[in-house]
Amino acid sequence: MAGERRHKGMRLSKLYSFKCLKPFSKEDHSQIGSRGYSRVVFCNDPDNPEALQLNYRGNYVSTTKYTAANFIPKSLFEQFRRVANIYFLVVAFVSFSPLAPYTAPSVLAPLLFVIGATMVKEGVEDLRRRRQDIEANNRRVLVLSKNGEFSETKWKNLRVGDLVKVHKDEYFPADLLLLSSSYEDGVCYVETMNLDGETNLKLKHALEITSVEESSIKNFRGGVIKCEDPNEHLYSFVGTLHYQGQQYPLSPQQMLLRDSKLRNTDFIVGVVVFTGHDTKVMQNATDPPSKRSKIERKMDKIVYILFSILIVIAFTGSVFFGIITRRDVTDDGKKMRRWYLRPDRTTVFYEPRRAVLASFFHFLTALMLYGYLIPISLYVSIEVVKVLQSIFINQDQEMYHEETDRPARARTSNLNEELGQVDTILSDKTGTLTCNSMEFVKCSISGTAYGRGMTEVELALRKQKGMSMRPQDDEIKANPTKSVKGFNFWDERVVDGQWINQPNAELIQKFFRVLAICHTAIPDVDGESGEISYEAESPDEAAFVIASRELGFEFFARSQTHISLHEIDHVSGEKVDRVYELLHVLEFSSSRKRMSVIVRNPENRLLLLSKGADSVMFERLAKHGRQFERETKEHIKRYAEAGLRTLVIAYREVDEEEYRMWEEEFLNAKTLVTEDRDALIDAAADKIEKDLILLGSTAVEDKLQKGVPDCIEKLSQAGVKIWVLTGDKTETAINIGYACSLLREGMEKILITLDSPDIETLEKQGDKDAVAKSIKKQLREGMSQTAAAATTDDSANEKPEMFGLVIDGKSLTFALDKKLEKEFLELASRCGSVICCRSSPKQKALVTRLVKSGTGRTTLAIGDGANDVGMLQEADIGVGISGAEGMQAVMASDFAIAQFRFLERLLLVHGHWCYRRIAMMICYFFYKNLTFGFTLFWYEAYASFSGKPAYNDWYMSCYNVFFTSLPVIALGVFDQDVSARLCLKYPLLYQEGVQNILFSWERILGWMLNGIISSMIIFFLTINTIASQAFRKDGQVVDYSVLGVTMYSCVVWTVNCQMAISINYFTWIQHCFIWGSIGVWYLFLVIYGSLPPTFSTTAYQVFVETSAPSPICWLTLVLVTFSALLPYFTYRAFQIKFRPMYHDIIVEQRRTERFESGTRTASAVSGELPVQVEFTLHHLKANLSRRDSWN
Amino acid sequence: MSSNTASSSAGSGDSSAARKNSKRPKCIDYSSALLSLTLLDSKFTQQELPACKPILTPGWVISTFLIVSVIFIPLGVISLFASQDVVEIVDRYDNDCIPAPARTNKVAFIQGAAPKSCNRTLTVTKRMKQPIYVYYQLENFYQNHRRYVKSRSDSQLRSPKFENQISACKPEDDAGGKPIVPCGLIAWSLFNGTYTLSRNNTPLAVNKKGIAWKSDKEHKFGNKVFPKNFQKGNLTGGATLNPDIPLSEQEDLIVWMRTAALPTFRKLYGKIETDLENGDTIQVTLQNNYNTYSFSGNKKLVLSTTSWLGGKNDFLGIAYLTVGGICFFLALAFTIMYLVKPRRLGDPSYLSWNRNPGGGR
Repeated sequence: MAGERRHKGMRLSKLYSFKCLKPFSKEDHSQIGSRGYSRVVFCNDPDNPEALQLNYRGNYVSTTKYTAANFIPKSLFEQFRRVANIYFLVVAFVSFSPLAPYTAPSVLAPLLFVIGATMVKEGVEDLRRRRQDIEANNRRVLVLSKNGEFSETKWKNLRVGDLVKVHKDEYFPADLLLLSSSYEDGVCYVETMNLDGETNLKLKHALEITSVEESSIKNFRGGVIKCEDPNEHLYSFVGTLHYQGQQYPLSPQQMLLRDSKLRNTDFIVGVVVFTGHDTKVMQNATDPPSKRSKIERKMDKIVYILFSILIVIAFTGSVFFGIITRRDVTDDGKKMRRWYLRPDRTTVFYEPRRAVLASFFHFLTALMLYGYLIPISLYVSIEVVKVLQSIFINQDQEMYHEETDRPARARTSNLNEELGQVDTILSDKTGTLTCNSMEFVKCSISGTAYGRGMTEVELALRKQKGMSMRPQDDEIKANPTKSVKGFNFWDERVVDGQWINQPNAELIQKFFRVLAICHTAIPDVDGESGEISYEAESPDEAAFVIASRELGFEFFARSQTHISLHEIDHVSGEKVDRVYELLHVLEFSSSRKRMSVIVRNPENRLLLLSKGADSVMFERLAKHGRQFERETKEHIKRYAEAGLRTLVIAYREVDEEEYRMWEEEFLNAKTLVTEDRDALIDAAADKIEKDLILLGSTAVEDKLQKGVPDCIEKLSQAGVKIWVLTGDKTETAINIGYACSLLREGMEKILITLDSPDIETLEKQGDKDAVAKSIKKQLREGMSQTAAAATTDDSANEKPEMFGLVIDGKSLTFALDKKLEKEFLELASRCGSVICCRSSPKQKALVTRLVKSGTGRTTLAIGDGANDVGMLQEADIGVGISGAEGMQAVMASDFAIAQFRFLERLLLVHGHWCYRRIAMMICYFFYKNLTFGFTLFWYEAYASFSGKPAYNDWYMSCYNVFFTSLPVIALGVFDQDVSARLCLKYPLLYQEGVQNILFSWERILGWMLNGIISSMIIFFLTINTIASQAFRKDGQVVDYSVLGVTMYSCVVWTVNCQMAISINYFTWIQHCFIWGSIGVWYLFLVIYGSLPPTFSTTAYQVFVETSAPSPICWLTLVLVTFSALLPYFTYRAFQIKFRPMYHDIIVEQRRTERFESGTRTASAVSGELPVQVEFTLHHLKANLSRRDSWN
Repeated sequence: MSSNTASSSAGSGDSSAARKNSKRPKCIDYSSALLSLTLLDSKFTQQELPACKPILTPGWVISTFLIVSVIFIPLGVISLFASQDVVEIVDRYDNDCIPAPARTNKVAFIQGAAPKSCNRTLTVTKRMKQPIYVYYQLENFYQNHRRYVKSRSDSQLRSPKFENQISACKPEDDAGGKPIVPCGLIAWSLFNGTYTLSRNNTPLAVNKKGIAWKSDKEHKFGNKVFPKNFQKGNLTGGATLNPDIPLSEQEDLIVWMRTAALPTFRKLYGKIETDLENGDTIQVTLQNNYNTYSFSGNKKLVLSTTSWLGGKNDFLGIAYLTVGGICFFLALAFTIMYLVKPRRLGDPSYLSWNRNPGGGR
């Protein structure tokens, strides 16, 4: 491409002079050769005997958990780390002994099925990873072969020391040391998206000694790299190149990391330093954090309860069994009572003379028999369900962000239901609430403010003050339709070249020239359309260049020494090309807070163009350059209030003499290799950056992300508390708080700060106690404020969250102290929103921990940057914004979304649904197993507690796996109380999860009770209807097998119909699964019953021959099923009438709405709620506030 | 949905092209191992499938209860009628058939050598149409005891090849080292009471053929398996078997070996294939051989006709009527409640309900 040609021949390295010449810390390099820094690479000589001796690993990569050999043992081991599985394994082993109430295979089969299913899942996942590995390992790369030519080979065959050639847009196969590139100064651009998600291009440099022509690099031999051992630090590298008797220090600047991509460079040649698992990216691969949800933890407790029930009923049975067994022989031991059991010649398990021992063994038997109370498939089902739920989250179109092409990603499926219980959201600001893409909105030039647009903050503030939303509606309409990214500026005085008519046109011209010249961006001209885009280091800079382009100062080319602009001449109004000679770039750094360039303009005058923060710029102004200082300061203040970032623009003319003297000094400093080189360069730069003439200031908006205020509004309506933890200044944070409706009109602000003069003096004296006391006092004051409000408003208050707490970083340090944290937390929990300004990453994590452990409620942290990682890992749920700021946050998160606004859907819809589903599913699981297990117990009572199950062994084994599992999974995956639209419309519904209503103990125990009642109804109705009389016309009587089949059918029907009446979402899938499960039971019965009788035993032909032709069996089935469902149905009917749940009302409302909309002409769905909804919501709110007051 | 059209682009061969493909959720492409959902449309992935579920509005609640009661009450009536149609004569004889002097120690009597013959007279109170089934009913007899149920060898019963499969049969597995056929406690404790019926002094034929299940005769009990060493152990349990008749023809055994589910059970003894008229007296000469006295079990002789619903048992009908009645009552109650106390705002009692929003399902 032509674009690349132009780059040739220019020493881009000059532009980045500061970076590439940064002195290397001697300390690091002195360590080379010692422990941890022992790697030796023989460049282009991998066959060197010494190199072979080192025996570094190859470039073959395997990310799989298992290998073909260890898959079985390893995955089995993983499986049996679960307590429940161990229990079933033990049961399976014991089932081979005569203790077992059923045959061993019937126990083993479901266990094997369950374990097998999980193993298959593991295996499939691993296979997928393996396939990716194979794909990666077999990619092709050019490697320098012995004959001195580059030839293709597979990635996996690369060895340390190989010389490889990578072409444009290819991935680096291993960690390479850059030797040379198609640019003659040996630079190249890489994109590290796969490493850290950053999409901007990074510049890498080869050492000067190695950046030679391709033909000569082939002869690059004898170089030895000594460097650090493999480690996971992406941004550090320590090493030296020994070449031709010289040592050259190496830095990360020369490292090209595996999985990053070569961009904008035709090719590079590099030497392989780290291969395969030694590469930084592989060293970095860690498992996602493992967190468990609250529901699962509670579920464990329920399993314990079930275990206790199991033990209690087993024990009861054993006592009875012991008593009955003892009585089988008369006291004198001579006569047998139940002679048909031959108690005189029996085994130890039924020995009347040793009844205690027998009952102990019976206890073991019973533990196995009633093991059905513990749902074997529960864990597997939950796992399957959660994976499927995650797929639905990932597939959600509404959470897909088109611009960045990122769907939502559930990185772990463990926490889906936790999403429905979030009580507090802790959010980062920049990049999370805001876009982190800058837009040029306003500027102030020579004391005149330009830019008519309103920032979102301004709009929000106006809204708060009750002013009309858009006072400049007409003007905004006049705004040209063309929207440019990074540019949101409109002012009729300036745009479309109108500025030339302004009285201060000359200054405006200077102002935009500075913006167009003073930067380090690189233009990229689209060959076809001629449009120019820019690659800039920071979004602010891009915004400036774009702004100047839009206003007629189009920066279109940069060479090593020149910057070319298309300009509009303010006198003639014509477009001319002007070329500025670029002499020096004085780079931006956080300590300097400014950046300058020195250029020679076409008129051969030397100019210093400068931009920087107001704090450093105003003091550098020349006396005669302060003409507009007052106005500009005024404007800057206003811009800051509007939530904008400001920079001051200034320039000066430098005369030749001064420049020459300065340049000498500056170059001297630059070529120094002493420790204090940086300081000297800074000092040198300082000398010329003075006596500036103020031109004005710019204001750039870090735009709020789309939909953020609405999202926050919705979430706070849902009763979720939102804390913003930001590094911004207090004022900015407060303004942003207003903008995103975190702080609202009518909310009382409690400000806790250490920014008052007297405290500052205290601080200077080092009087920490006094400072702490001041914080304490402020906290107390805040507390009494909230308390006062609570008493005056009483319980009838409509707005329980009337307070917003703002606290700054310094105060936070004290507030997080052990002594004060309780008070701080209490105050914070009384406030609807909390903003912590100027907080460090560590403080963010600390605050998160405080909220999590202090309130015991579910916290969700959301952030996008590396500084949020601690917070994300600390919180119950970490949500990463997969935005522009890299992937670290996403890597540490449990869920990744592209935009903050998707959080609303993630929580209110998916979270709510998943919570509901899992809660329902677990309750139902226990219900169905109790129903089943207790029929066994009742039957026991009628079989003298001998441990004989009521059903055939295989019926029982299949119960959990085939006849009842699919509907539960369907429930877990698909059920929804109300549609997504209504979830969002009535955010308060979310409180069902936060207050844990669906998984409260009452509810769980209610379901359990329902199970026990159902089992009683099933058992007693069945045995009484088909008692001892003939059950068919042909006079046959009921035997063990018929009773078993009938009762079992009743159980299958009951639990499946119970499912049908308790789910809320009935699609064809549910119909399929529910009725299908019942169908499968009959199918099973027919097939199993047709097997030879030695195998099918009591089930032989039982359905076809015996029970199906009997009307009484069917009548019993109908009777029992309806009767067993009657208690629940009645309860539910009563509940809906007297104590409706929130979703019930909403569903009702929805139905009436639909019904009415058919009759009514009005199409709009009214936002008004019916009275009872209002009423319930009111109670929910009251409950919320009550809850808050307990904290 | 438009998203479906944006399927993977053509040149998906190399990885960079694949990378450029949209990650927009289309259809599930990687979960094919779990569920092959690929063919389902986005209504599915967006969880917007059409669903229908009636909500429990007053109308639904009341009509559900009403419908259930409307179906159940007639069903109950029909069942009751069916049960009422059945004529059943039950005669408990375990006590009466022991001579009065021996009643102090019934166990000694039953185990003794005294003649166990006993005469009973039954009166037909209502015309009984043939076939009339003759049952014996035992109570407090745990045929469902785990030890008892397991004590049999299905393979041995089926085929002479497996004669030696007696491991489950202990202690009735062998006699003097030779396997017992049929082995096990169930066979060993075979009921040995007999009944001879006569009406007005003319013998009443009791057909003992066709009382077992067809599948049992044909598949579970082999026609080449003959009883061997049966009741030859040191302790005799119940009845003996004719060693010349194959097991598949020993219907009494087959009936007995189909173990009962509950401790009170009837077993089919035979069929009377003539009608019995109202007022007929039936003399039963029975051999009261079976020992139920040691575990205080009752013995009854039952003659019963059947209806389409089987034998006499009012429970089903009553249960249907009850449930139907309850539903009707509930329907009524709900109607009244909805009329008298519609869910309305500000009702103080309602308020107190709502005070505690926890609980409930």
